[in-house]
Amino acid sequence: MPETIEKIPLKVNVNGKAYARNIEPRMLLVEFLREELDLTGTHVGCDTTYCGACTVLMNGAAVKSCTVFAVQADDAEILTVEGLEKDGQLHPIQKAFGDAYGLQCGYCTPGLLISTYQLLSHNKQPSAKEIGKAIAGNTCRCTGYQNIFKAIQLAAQNKTGA
Amino acid sequence: MITQIGDEAKLLAGGQSLIPLMKLRFANPRHLVDLNFIPDISYIKEENGALRFGALTRHAEIEDSAIAAKLPIIHDCAAGIADVQVRNRGTIGGSIAEADPSGDWATVLLTQSTEVRCLSPKGERAVPLNQFITDAYTTVLAHDELVSEIRVKIPPKRTGAAYLAFKRAAPVYPTASAAVSVAIEGDVCKEAAIALGCVGLTAIKATAAEAALRGQQLTDKSIAAAAEAARNAADPQPDMRGSAGYKRALVLALVKRAIEIAVRRARGEQVEVSHIYA
Repeated sequence: MPETIEKIPLKVNVNGKAYARNIEPRMLLVEFLREELDLTGTHVGCDTTYCGACTVLMNGAAVKSCTVFAVQADDAEILTVEGLEKDGQLHPIQKAFGDAYGLQCGYCTPGLLISTYQLLSHNKQPSAKEIGKAIAGNTCRCTGYQNIFKAIQLAAQNKTGA
Repeated sequence: MITQIGDEAKLLAGGQSLIPLMKLRFANPRHLVDLNFIPDISYIKEENGALRFGALTRHAEIEDSAIAAKLPIIHDCAAGIADVQVRNRGTIGGSIAEADPSGDWATVLLTQSTEVRCLSPKGERAVPLNQFITDAYTTVLAHDELVSEIRVKIPPKRTGAAYLAFKRAAPVYPTASAAVSVAIEGDVCKEAAIALGCVGLTAIKATAAEAALRGQQLTDKSIAAAAEAARNAADPQPDMRGSAGYKRALVLALVKRAIEIAVRRARGEQVEVSHIYA
């Protein structure tokens, strides 16, 4: 039954930029990012809290943005894949994924980059087991994960200058 | 507020179950009350011989907590639920209040002395966990009542516990799970608590399996007898995760392994375990 839904004001900081919008309370964070802010780097894969293609950082914690209402991000700081590069330079994690062939079709990559970002922000030299645990919520159907592990290890090296 | 908007409202905690259920239209609440902006309902404290978890404490916070690690079974559970992203959002209070038969927390905490603190405009009451969940997705919570805290008694020395869940992949619910707590004296099992997850309408307390261990010498034979009794207590539904027989066989193996780890922990050994993947 279609009905008019009262919109709710939302103030949120995405990739260092402040946004204010009035949105329907049922709007998901991933829909908000893609449709309201045109930040289409964050993908919708399964829309069932499984695949992790929609992973973004919310106040420093990786979350599946298909499983958070946009209004819940009020006053939050969000980091999406678009926020990784600086001044036209790819982030070391992005560069490592390219150099190690850590992607094929690339659909899952934005989520994996953000999960890697969270991992490396508190663990500079993760073991293979720790990498496995950190990306267990990110599904890739192309690569078999081998090169993703290599990419994350390479990103860890590059970040610490090793 | 929930009293004002009436019984078409639902409370939103971490949302990692409720939001997917709403997408499937299994839940269709007219109003949602988001608890996430309430201050001071996320905490982990040790007080008077008990661990106290604020209802909105995220699984990830419990996973990283040195206080929670005093009960290794609690750390194991928190660290194995779904994946990083879900653990960053999902809450212990939400999991208990949802009473999903495949949820991890109820199974684990049934083997512990656990109390659910429930808060309403009329006041607070404490409900033992084994009386809190009454059926699949059903608890004794009144409409105007919410879970405010989960309280787990720290068990005495020479007690050990372990939780094993068998999963096909991180983000899915386990196919079957088993939690075991034992108190030992020498080679004798003084007390045992065994709970099974995902194989019934609620987490099942396998009382016959407990009886098979209690007062017995801990031998391969007594452990096998308890595991066999647990298999008989399981009442699984066949589904995409496996046939009923397969799940019963899993229960047997998981209970046996969980007893062995619980006993080693009761003897003071540090044993690292986590969810098992297919």
